[in-house]
Amino acid sequence: MLNDSIIQEFKRIVGEQNAWNDATDLHTYSYDAAVVDPVQPGLIVRPTTIETLGQTVRLCNANGLPLTVRGAGTNLSGGTVPLPDGIVIVTNGMKSILEINEADMYAVVQPGVVTAQLAAAVEAKGLFYPPDPGSQAVSTIGGNVAENAGGLRGLKYGVTRDYVMGVSFFDVDGNLVKSGSRTVKCATGYNLTGLMVGSEGTLGVFAEIILKLIPLPAHRKAMMAVFESMEKASETVAAIIANRIVPATLEFLDNFTIRAVEDFSKAGLPTDAAAMLLVELDGHAAQVEEDASRVEALCKSMGASSIRVAQDAAERDRVWAARRAALSALAQLKPTLVLEDATVPRSRIPAMVAAIQTIAKRYDLTIGTFGHAGDGNLHPTILTDKRDTAEWERVERAIDDIFDEALKMGGTLSGEHGTGLAKSRYLEKETSAGTILFSSRLKRALDPKNILNPGKIFSAKV
Amino acid sequence: MASMEALARLMRELEDQLIVCMRCGMCQSVCPVFDQTGREADVARGKLALLSGLMEQMFDDPEGVYERLSRCLLCGSCSANCPSGVKVQEIFLKARAILSGYMGLPPAKRLILRGMLARPALFDRLTEWGARFQTIFTRPVNDIIGTSCARVMSPLLEGRHFRTLAKVPFHRQVPGMDRPAGKSGLKVALFTGCLIDKMFPNIAHSTLRVLEHLGVGLFLPENQGCCGIPALSSGDLDTFGKLLGHNLARFAESDFDVLVTACATCTSTIHEIWPTMAEERHREAAKRLAEKTMDINQFLVNKVGLKPPAGRAGSKHVVTYHDPCHLKKALKVFDEPRAVIQAAPGYQLKEMAQPDWCCGMGGSFNLQYYDISKGIGEKKAAQIMATGADTLATGCPACMIQISDMLSRAGAGIAVRHPIELLAEGLDEHST
Repeated sequence: MLNDSIIQEFKRIVGEQNAWNDATDLHTYSYDAAVVDPVQPGLIVRPTTIETLGQTVRLCNANGLPLTVRGAGTNLSGGTVPLPDGIVIVTNGMKSILEINEADMYAVVQPGVVTAQLAAAVEAKGLFYPPDPGSQAVSTIGGNVAENAGGLRGLKYGVTRDYVMGVSFFDVDGNLVKSGSRTVKCATGYNLTGLMVGSEGTLGVFAEIILKLIPLPAHRKAMMAVFESMEKASETVAAIIANRIVPATLEFLDNFTIRAVEDFSKAGLPTDAAAMLLVELDGHAAQVEEDASRVEALCKSMGASSIRVAQDAAERDRVWAARRAALSALAQLKPTLVLEDATVPRSRIPAMVAAIQTIAKRYDLTIGTFGHAGDGNLHPTILTDKRDTAEWERVERAIDDIFDEALKMGGTLSGEHGTGLAKSRYLEKETSAGTILFSSRLKRALDPKNILNPGKIFSAKV
Repeated sequence: MASMEALARLMRELEDQLIVCMRCGMCQSVCPVFDQTGREADVARGKLALLSGLMEQMFDDPEGVYERLSRCLLCGSCSANCPSGVKVQEIFLKARAILSGYMGLPPAKRLILRGMLARPALFDRLTEWGARFQTIFTRPVNDIIGTSCARVMSPLLEGRHFRTLAKVPFHRQVPGMDRPAGKSGLKVALFTGCLIDKMFPNIAHSTLRVLEHLGVGLFLPENQGCCGIPALSSGDLDTFGKLLGHNLARFAESDFDVLVTACATCTSTIHEIWPTMAEERHREAAKRLAEKTMDINQFLVNKVGLKPPAGRAGSKHVVTYHDPCHLKKALKVFDEPRAVIQAAPGYQLKEMAQPDWCCGMGGSFNLQYYDISKGIGEKKAAQIMATGADTLATGCPACMIQISDMLSRAGAGIAVRHPIELLAEGLDEHST
């Protein structure tokens, strides 16, 4: 139990100014960006050094206090919602980029570094950190690694997992564990880095992260193609891949989203189009230009009703403005927005979009769908008002059905938002009873008192 | 104090606006206060969650919430960047009014707002007395910027380098005017604003000079009051209402095409806030006046068609421009002040990094939370100095006070001016 003398001990470790338990502070760390019920923690602590971070973790475990680590709190599956009277460790006291190594192309960062700030810092040196989750302007690297965050560049560049070369983290007793290295190859010990990526704060607390960097592509080209049917758009995606062209981003918007964006931004989008594809190629200039004309020809031959190729940076911006506006445009329509991220093998996208439309009709709901066509990661976005309890029940049933459909097609519950609280009860459906048991045993062995972000991913059978 | 249920009931008026926030947290990337403190209660998402919490009676700490709400510059960076379009400032102003109505205004604020600001004539007299005595207590520290500091260490001034009150305020020099349209065929009314009247009368003189040169008619009503934003920021709807009524009556006394101000904060208050916060009996008049209100730069460029001079003389000065939040984020005015600077002979514009990052002033925020305000301002000063410019221009006298303090403390020799002053100076040099 959290009491005054333990609070004093936390204050002694991190300093008076970095431990907060005013009613107002506690309330503002009770939620994240997911549509789940808020839970009030008992204390917020912000360690500013690696040593005090370790001591904080140790003190939590010694007193059996549940601990939830929080970066920017942009989690979309409830992973940063704390436990009642639990401890929240805020990472924005540790936001230094410790090293950007141009010769060996890696960066070493503290967990609180903001994703977009790292991306800008490495870009200034002609290097590239590709993972670009939608919240990158505020999200932290610690959070991205803990959730295995994705983004728009998954098809060509992969996701956060593909850029983590090593992590050091505190185990539940506050021992510093190191895995991975600054080298491309590393074959020593268990692959604990792999285990920690996507572990959602349930196995340890990150202290430092080593990230792989790659050369910044020299050239970029974007285009937008409009289709009269979802099938044609999807066949075009398949044809692009079949022709061994790998765009950096390959996004799609459905008719509902196109109309919402047009109402919102008056960008001159065709509101009667069934679907729109946004494609960006990057790499060596000659290759990009050649691939761009091949993609353009493919779109034409697959029956695109119009194609717009960006000729300069300003036009490229206009192409992406439509995609960037998608979430805002949808968000303005109703008070509550539930952003799902069920993902299917990319060839099943037309079937999945059709299934989502059927589900929307079945439960009489408004669902706009957009997302990463290139990697099968869709964002069915349910627009509702949580205060309307009858409709909210239908929303929950619709989510169940969306997950069922995705699994039936060989897909997954979550492409990039993580399991957290929102999807934990579905995990066994996607995996197996054995998977939950194995994960529970792992969790119990590493965290016997079950204090590391308990209840996230699955309910550990202790 | 009334019951929590009563407060929750009042807060329910805001429910439809509060529910729009989806807690995405994108406001963290643009909030100047959060950038300093990293504390969730300091960013819009946290404050909106607190208001929702009070409304749903999830916790009971209205004083704490009022204190958190006060830790906000009302700069509008969050709403300008909000994916869901949450009207953050409007919600915060209403919430401050509800909470201060529920708990009562703190005594010091009551004295300043109701005893002084709500009475424009008395406010004028008191500041004139202040101007006469200020030299006894202060000494000049930076001649280029024109700042002073306290002669002896004063807890009230905390080592600030401040711009002093003008010896004679603008309204004493030019009490009132009603001049018909000239060659431009346009006539404006000028809302002077407290800071320009009492600290920067040269901005008003420059405005008059430029308007006359361009053949623009002018209506300058006597005995103008404050725009009311200091009162509203503290949740004092009463004083705001009085000032609004007073000003509406003053400006109803003559005809004009456009109401102009040279103060970004006054412009955005009149344009955005008067109509939404006016009580019923003033709402229509406030709306009509708001619709014809423009920033002076915006007026000169978009209505009069001000252009840069054809054959440009060599540039003597390098000037960098700071975007006041109340122009850029509230009114989307950012090209026009730059165009005015380009039209001023002898000035060459050089952009600083993040010109639209808030300077940290925020009116009474600077008085209540000087440490945070200073942290934000120091970042701005460093970005200004990195340009190597000898002049900083900005379209808001409040920003000018803050930036003067910060540049002066850093020992910089950079003049702090309003674009209209640069333009008028060119006219003066040209005509002599």
